[in-house]
Parts: sequence; C-alpha cells; structure tokens
Amino acid sequence: MNPNIENSGIPSKEQIERTLPSKERREKGPYVVIECWQKIPCNPCVKACPFGVIQPMEDINDLPVTDIDKCTGCGLCISLCPGLAIFVIDETYGEEDQALVMIPHEFVPIPKKGDLVQALDRQGNYICDAQVVRTTQNKSNTTVVHLLIPREFILDVRAIKP
Amino acid sequence: MIHEPEVLIIGGGPAGLSAARQAVKAGCKTTLIDDAFDLGGQLVKQTHKFFGSEMEYAGVRGIKIPEILLDEIKDDSNFEYLLRTSATGYYEDGVVTALYENNEMLKFKPKKLIIATGASENTIPFVNNDLPGVYGAGAVQTLMNVYGVKPGEMGLMIGAGNIGLIVSYQLKQAGVDVAAVVEAAPKVGGYWVHASKIARLGIPIKTRTTILEAIGKEKVEGSRIASVDENWQPIPGTEQTINCDFICLAVGLYPLSDIFHLAKCEMKYVPELGGEVPVRDWEMKTTIEDIYVAGDAGGIEEASSAMIEGALAGLSAANALGKEPEDYNNVKCQLINELSELRCGPVGDHIRCGLAQCSMEDENES
Repeated sequence: MNPNIENSGIPSKEQIERTLPSKERREKGPYVVIECWQKIPCNPCVKACPFGVIQPMEDINDLPVTDIDKCTGCGLCISLCPGLAIFVIDETYGEEDQALVMIPHEFVPIPKKGDLVQALDRQGNYICDAQVVRTTQNKSNTTVVHLLIPREFILDVRAIKP
Repeated sequence: MIHEPEVLIIGGGPAGLSAARQAVKAGCKTTLIDDAFDLGGQLVKQTHKFFGSEMEYAGVRGIKIPEILLDEIKDDSNFEYLLRTSATGYYEDGVVTALYENNEMLKFKPKKLIIATGASENTIPFVNNDLPGVYGAGAVQTLMNVYGVKPGEMGLMIGAGNIGLIVSYQLKQAGVDVAAVVEAAPKVGGYWVHASKIARLGIPIKTRTTILEAIGKEKVEGSRIASVDENWQPIPGTEQTINCDFICLAVGLYPLSDIFHLAKCEMKYVPELGGEVPVRDWEMKTTIEDIYVAGDAGGIEEASSAMIEGALAGLSAANALGKEPEDYNNVKCQLINELSELRCGPVGDHIRCGLAQCSMEDENES
C-alpha cells in the first residue's frame, strides 16, 4: 500500500520521485533533494544555502523551491533544516554501481569515517550496509553523514541505525 | 515592603524573556519572576532546532535561546529577576503577591503587569491513568533533558501533535525506545517533518487509535490500545496489548489564566486556543488597563509567536509608560507583520480563527 504522509509521516512513491531533478542534472554531480511537503512557517533553508539554490520565499509558509543547477552538494542546508528534511545525492560518486547519499544525523556516538553502518529507509527498515565516507558538523550540532551505498538505493536510504 | 517596578513580568519563558528584553531596552525598571530554578520556561527542555522565522531564531536549538534573549539585558541595572518565585495573587489595588522559595511572601505594585504564565498539560481518562509510569510529556522532557534521567526503557506516546512527535524523537536520542505513537485523530496533528523523523527511526504512528488502559499493579507494565471509529469510540475486537514500562501523554495544553481571572480581565473560552484566554488588543493589552498578555497564557501556539507577542507586550508597556522606545511605530508594525506571516499558512488556520474570537480590534486597523 502506498503510504500517506498525513497519517504516517511516510511520503508516497510519487512524492519521493518528484524530489529528483532531471536525468541530465543527476549525471552532472551532487544535487539536493528536499522532502518538505507541508506549508509550515519555516525558512532557515533559504539563508542556509550560500549558492542561492533555495529561492527566497514570498510567504514564510511557502515550500522551498530550488534552482538546482546552482547546487554544489555542499550539504550546509542539511545541517540547518529544523525538519531534517534535506538530503544530498551524488550519483557520480564512486564506482558505476555506487552513489553517495548525505543525511542529517543527531545521535551519539557520531559515526566516524570508515565505519560500516546500517542504512535505513523512511520507515526505519534495514536497506543495506553503508560506508561512512565523511562526517561534517557546524554550529547547529546536526551531523551530516556522507554514506557510500549501492546506487539502486538512492531513493530509499534516508537514515542510519543509531 | 512593597516592590514597585515599572514593569513586572510573570513568567520567564520565551514570551516573558522577550517582553523583558524590550521593556529593559526601552529603559523601564523591570522585574521578572518565575517559579522555576532557571529562566527559559519550556525552552530549557527543547533540544531540537526551532522552526519559524530566522528573525525568531529558527534553526537554533530551544535550549540556546534563553541566553540569546538575556544577552542584551542581563547586566542592565534596570533588570532584575527572581527565580523560584510563584505569583500567588492579584489584588484590587494592583498588588501582585508572590511566594519566594516557598517561605517568603513578596508584594509588588508595578505600573504595568505582563502576564506570560504559559500553559499546563491536558490529560485524558483511561483505566489506571494514575499508575506510576504515566507521565505528561513535559515531565518526560524535564527528567530526560534537564536532569538526565531516563523515564523508562520502552515508552508508549499518546498524541501525534508536535510535542508527542518531538518528545518521541528525543526519547530515542536518549536511548529510550518508543513502541508507538497513538493518535485518536485520523491524521498527524504535528508537522509532517517531525513525523517523518520518527518514522525513519522505526517508530510506528497509529492514527485513529486510543489508549484504553495502563496495565500493571505497582507501576506501568504495559498498555491496551484500540482503534476508534468516526465517533472516536473504541471498535470492539481491535484491542492490542503494547509492551511498555511508561506511558507519555502529549494530548494538548491549556493556557494558565488564573491571574487574569483574579484581575477580572474579560475572558473568552476559545477551543482553538486551548481554553479560557483574555480578550486583548493588537498591543497585547487586556481589557484591564496596565495588564498585558503574551505567549501561551493568551492561547496555545508556538515559541516563535510567543517571543513576538512578548516583544510586543514589552514594547507597548514601555510606550504606555512614556519611555518612547526607539522607532516605536515601525518596530511595532514589524512585529505585528511577523506574527501574521507566521500565522497565515494552513497550519495557522485554527490560530487565526481563535484569535478572531478574542481580539478587540481588527488586525487591518493596526
């Protein structure tokens, strides 16, 4: 059954697919995906982006809109989104069948570069093992974990087992 | 001895601290009292990043906000605050009584009074709801985030509003499992992003579900839940036993309005705002001259709007005292605009509807 975000917090397949940019853009390098589907009064992502990817909002309740060609995949927005709803995917990273997914993480101990962790989907189900390539932190205290995963799971992996 | 500050603020949460900041910056002799051990109200338990506008510290964790609000005024000689001080009364002559550290009675006769007493938690009836191990969400946050004590090993969360969702997430961060979040309504009441955060951790959200009973003799050892029909009645045959050692209630808040009643402010029962609230104007003044309201005491909302309301109340009180705060009209309009922006989206529907019932003048007029 296709989940309904309104009663489960789990988005539908269609919602997820709409977060992806064009195939051409995906082949060029890292890109941000924003899983923010509800109009709530929130705007830190706009200022978080140093490259002007996330467009200024007319109304603070607006959903974020991106100019994806400007995205460098730096991941600053991931650490600053209060809803932990932003991720970065890099399908050009690693081998042919691999990809990088960057996720927000707020649990201790903070994983270290080289660690093998269990990657989870949006319902907390185990998807695959993932290798921690890098972790970054800033003043927000939300760690951004860079995960090397099989490319087939880029739309599934959104968390790691704490 | 009667203390005679120009402005007395009851409550040191986001609304009270913001009020203090504006009043002190405008040059008012300001006293703030709070019954807790620390300033900040509920902010001291909020380990998550705040939503709202950047201007109200969105993206900053709640626990960091009190020091930001205090930064500009903490060394100001016009400002003093008393902790462990509970406001106990308001008298006809405008005297506020307070109990300091449970043994000393203090009296205040301020020129302006700002009431920012916040809210208290609702509870719901179910069998054994008085068993040890049945907590309010605020108590769970206090134990866990203020004192570093686990409330149990496996919780059952009742209520999928923002508090239920956020506290479930914080429990997981503290190493405590959450068996499920149950919610009688057909939809999640809190922000979807909070629901997604806990879904990713494997915590199921069960909508159209209610708690029937807490199981246990001396303490909570489990719980019985069941699905509910359109009339919110449990459906026979859907009962389920949940294995848990504590139950956390996050079923809403109601404004703490006792002092408004004592002062005979005109009150209105507004379900959208959580209960009885004082009628107020757009400067946050109640129907009693010299008494202002700010934050959840005037209606259950969010910390970001509480901070703006507090700023408005502090600014208005200062202006009424003839302090002529810098750029008063512009700042006031800006604050009122920020408030309406926060409230203008779909999640602000009930707030706008509630405020329409207890506001003295039209928003457009101010």
